[in-house]
Amino acid sequence: MSTAVSTELKKKLFYDMLLIRRTEERIKSQYHLREMRSPPHLYMGHEAVAGGVCAALRRDDAVFPYYRSHGWYLAKGGDLNAMMAELFGRETGCSRGWGGSMHLIDVKAGVMGTSAIVGGTVSHAAGAALTFRLQGKDSVAAVSFGDGAIEEGVFHETLNFAALRKLPVIFVCENNLYATNTHIQYRQAQPEIYRHAERFGIPGLRADGNDVVVVFQKASEAVIRARQGEGPTLLEFETYRIFEHCGINEDHDLGYRTLEEVRGWQAKGPLEKGKHLVTQAEAKQMAEEIDARIDRAFEYARSSPWPTSLAVEGAAR
Amino acid sequence: MKFREAVRDATLLAMESDPRVFLIGVGIIDPRAVWGTITGALEKFGSDRVVEGPLSESALTGMCIGAATFGMRPVLIHHRIDFTLLTMDQLINHAAKWRAMFGRQQTVPMVVRAVVGRGWGNGPQHTQSHHALFAHVPGLKAVAPSNSRDAKGLLLAAIEDDDPVVYIEHRWLHEDEAEVPTEYFTTPLGRAAVVREGTDVTIVAVGPMVSEALKAAQALAQGGLSSEVIDIRTLRPLDSETILGSVGKTGRLVVADSDWGPCGMAGEVVARVAEDGFDALKARPVRITWPDSSVPSSQAIEAQFYPGAREIQEATIAVFEKVRSAGFVRSTVKEFEGPF
Repeated sequence: MSTAVSTELKKKLFYDMLLIRRTEERIKSQYHLREMRSPPHLYMGHEAVAGGVCAALRRDDAVFPYYRSHGWYLAKGGDLNAMMAELFGRETGCSRGWGGSMHLIDVKAGVMGTSAIVGGTVSHAAGAALTFRLQGKDSVAAVSFGDGAIEEGVFHETLNFAALRKLPVIFVCENNLYATNTHIQYRQAQPEIYRHAERFGIPGLRADGNDVVVVFQKASEAVIRARQGEGPTLLEFETYRIFEHCGINEDHDLGYRTLEEVRGWQAKGPLEKGKHLVTQAEAKQMAEEIDARIDRAFEYARSSPWPTSLAVEGAAR
Repeated sequence: MKFREAVRDATLLAMESDPRVFLIGVGIIDPRAVWGTITGALEKFGSDRVVEGPLSESALTGMCIGAATFGMRPVLIHHRIDFTLLTMDQLINHAAKWRAMFGRQQTVPMVVRAVVGRGWGNGPQHTQSHHALFAHVPGLKAVAPSNSRDAKGLLLAAIEDDDPVVYIEHRWLHEDEAEVPTEYFTTPLGRAAVVREGTDVTIVAVGPMVSEALKAAQALAQGGLSSEVIDIRTLRPLDSETILGSVGKTGRLVVADSDWGPCGMAGEVVARVAEDGFDALKARPVRITWPDSSVPSSQAIEAQFYPGAREIQEATIAVFEKVRSAGFVRSTVKEFEGPF
């Protein structure tokens, strides 16, 4: 598989980022209507990470996002209607209304269930990778997590095992510098996250998480290694969350970060950096098509039935 | 004083009066100061006593144990009780065992504040209470204040206690107001409180179910039924004496818990009364607990999940066959308007 970026691929990369961005913007603008009642961890600012990594994966590969998952769900090909219905708490939601924003899933698209516990599914990805090996498949698992997950013991437990067994798993750290509102300098003795790879003898690198082409290329290399049985890679992508940790508002008034910092990152955000990938006309057309898709998804959600009973817990789809 | 202000008051008083007390937890230096429960502590006592922890809950718990065995009195703060599940090895294999395992040479005087969430579709992993897990373990203590006064008194008592105490703090109680003495005082651990006297039935309630029980009692009284409401306050050690004394008087027992049923606090209370107060019982005991399910995110069924005053009232009436009720009291607990 090539890591070269064709024109078609450029369009796809931009489209996926725009899909994520416009979906999140629509959620943000409609949230005040109180129809969506679960804690939203918006992906705005992170779009290039999910967009770039998912473009390097096949449909039969599995991604294990964390609770800031809307971007991964969409970039991997998850059903937008089912996602919106889930946010609206409807029976037709991807988790039948039981999970809300933090617990999306779309198994057919290879989006595995997300956890609200930091680091919660890092080990699951390794289990999937182990299974792919046992079943003789060349699928890979990609797990994403924030910079905070590095501080959880299970991260290191999993990396060690995956490295030891050369499992086909890719570890994707979306380093946006903050765990909720606490800067990494207060939390990590050595904040170059990619260097944790050295200890386990696996490749690790840090790259610009706002450049979707770079993300795609680095992810592709890691995927090739994994498929060829060479084991895991730790990818640290530097990116930034525009809005508050959870919710739809800006939060620089809290004081833990400055407006200047936020605007600085916005200026070098993924869609800004990715502008060159398509023409203005193409971008406009994509936006129109995406907005129509989003319109349909919201309509689908709003007209979907509510779950009626607690008894559906455990019922398989 | 609001419940969350009472928690803060106790925290600052404890830190002022005892230099061995320090706070530690993930995100506790966040400007929101754990929902206003520790506002001002960082400014007043500095970062050596308001210790920001990385997302390493297990290690932080172990560090509290280590510090406690060297004379400190740590208060570990979890924004969500669900995160204590990451620490169960340190809490149960270590903190709870420490006093006995070495022949009572060392104790672990630490407090774990664990906040219970509810509402706004927070979903299965952010709405648990599972306080039964702590009440189950010898070597641990566990308290669940239902009001501002006890929030302060129990926290101060927990900090003074030489054993590890889990402090179950329900976020929906944070805005409740009550009279609270401004001075330093403690509410004794291991003592339940009769918060409403009555003669016909004993309603034992845990945490947020106490105010629901009181509402139910009010409505039942209009129907001519006199309920005695007991606030459990301490889950472990459980005050059987107060409960048995009450059932001895009323002969009927309803237990309302804010947790799942199986192997829970309500079951424990019923078991104790069945064993030690059987002869006083005139009717079978009734438990009101959460459904045996996690909490769904969807607002349509999230509301179905939580029992309240109505369910307590219905259950109590079921214990009596012929009682007229003035009408059901709807739960008026203020809804948490998320998202965080």
